[in-house]
Amino acid sequence: MSKQLTLSVSPHIHSGRSTWRIMLDVIIALLPATVAGCVIFGLRALAVIALTVASAVGFEALFNLITKKKQTIGDLSAIVTGLLLALNLPANIPLWQCVVGALFAIIVVKCLFGGLGCNIVNPAITARVFMLVAFGSMTKAALPTIVDTVAGATPLAPEAATSLGDLFLGLHGGAIGETCAVALLIGFIYLLVRRVISWHLPVVFIGTVFAVSFFLEGMNAVAALSAILSGGLLIGAIFMATDYVTSPATAWGKVLFGVGAGVITVLIRYYGVYPEGVSFAILLMNIVTPFIDSWTKHKVFGKGGKKA
Amino acid sequence: MSKNNNWSILLKGILKENPVLVLILGTCPTLATTTNVAGAFGMGIAAMVVLICSNMLISLLRKVIPENVRIPCYIVVIAGFVTIVQMIVQAYLPPLYEMLGVYLPLITVNCIILGRAEMFAGKNSVGKSALDGVGMGLGFTLALCAMATIREVLGAASFAGIAIPALEPYKIEVLVKAPGGMLVYGLLIALVFVITQGKAPLKKSFSCAGCPNAKHCHSACTEIADPANAETKEVQ
Repeated sequence: MSKQLTLSVSPHIHSGRSTWRIMLDVIIALLPATVAGCVIFGLRALAVIALTVASAVGFEALFNLITKKKQTIGDLSAIVTGLLLALNLPANIPLWQCVVGALFAIIVVKCLFGGLGCNIVNPAITARVFMLVAFGSMTKAALPTIVDTVAGATPLAPEAATSLGDLFLGLHGGAIGETCAVALLIGFIYLLVRRVISWHLPVVFIGTVFAVSFFLEGMNAVAALSAILSGGLLIGAIFMATDYVTSPATAWGKVLFGVGAGVITVLIRYYGVYPEGVSFAILLMNIVTPFIDSWTKHKVFGKGGKKA
Repeated sequence: MSKNNNWSILLKGILKENPVLVLILGTCPTLATTTNVAGAFGMGIAAMVVLICSNMLISLLRKVIPENVRIPCYIVVIAGFVTIVQMIVQAYLPPLYEMLGVYLPLITVNCIILGRAEMFAGKNSVGKSALDGVGMGLGFTLALCAMATIREVLGAASFAGIAIPALEPYKIEVLVKAPGGMLVYGLLIALVFVITQGKAPLKKSFSCAGCPNAKHCHSACTEIADPANAETKEVQ
């Protein structure tokens, strides 16, 4: 994509940024969470990740082959989609459902809309929501295999009480990549240092969830802290909501997106049918992103300011 | 209409002008009755019978019905036939009557039937209108059956009520629920668009003239009338 954007007269210095490089950075940033997930949930998690990534890449290659389009798997975006989707699945999910999820993410959400950059919603998050609605197995979270926790389902379910320390290290039930807060934060810092994402969206998103939970829990800071450490909030805010294609372009737009997603997340968590609302919140905000973009459009140089 | 011969009138309803997948008419019964093949087939046939009868009668009456009150007249004719079909189904096929429930009397307000009365039967001879009814009815039935097959086989692991045990562990239950209906519907529309290569007639080519909203709906008609704006041209 970016190779076509060369314009105007010389001389220019190429910044070295390309879709390939950005996607590689995201994959590197996801590695700690991937490794942590495999350690916490065992080999089964590795199988889920490998199969989901492989089928995501495979489906994209197949679609391009059938529709006689230029092969696009080289830009690594299918790997990112597959990896993100896998990290959002519980480790004990039936393997065929991973393949269906990858098919939905790549073919229906991404390729049918025109490939990378043309999808209106994030493929990984949409596939997760699809699987959540389609398969009962998504709501039964796997338990860590390395510790004898008694936590059932996800910590958001009322019966489970997990200490903050366990939440931070990820020693509780949940999807493969969403539990280990430390690993996700390492990835976040890497992305910030590499300037792949800006801090606005994740920080505002997580901050909003903290603030609203704090208020709803009766000014209880510990409960609010565990609210932001549990469920898919961190991985959603850091990796899924910040997708370039489906999040606002401007800083204020990102702030708006974060506030909206945060409020929707908490509302679904407290008043909705599903225990977790992050994916629905991001999906809904994906859809309103074009409107946010038009509200927060920068003034064209020379057109703004006071009239003399 | 490119060719006015009888074959094209009959065949256009099946794919090229499929009422559900190209004209996007009658979406409500399409989404509601396609959770199983038997119901979809029954719905398709019932609507086809009403469509053929109403098309013929409206075509016969087209010179009698005053222009200004034609919609109420069409509805009266259609409602009459729907009542007949409903009573017949209730008397001879009680299981189907139970299955279709409220959607059977709702054929009265099915836009395909009113749409064909408005677009075709009100302007063409009885024979052609009957052919149009058969073609459109077949197209409706086929589209419903295709959609119901996908939804029932993949979503409920059965076909026309007969269970397919091999697929039982691999059910994608969402497909028989409302979101799955929307999803399958959208994918089928895309598929038909690919098959017809976007050559499906644009709305303009089968009349905006008689449309009661023609004066108010600038956007839809003018945009489609302008070939440069029509996205279907890009495909070719």
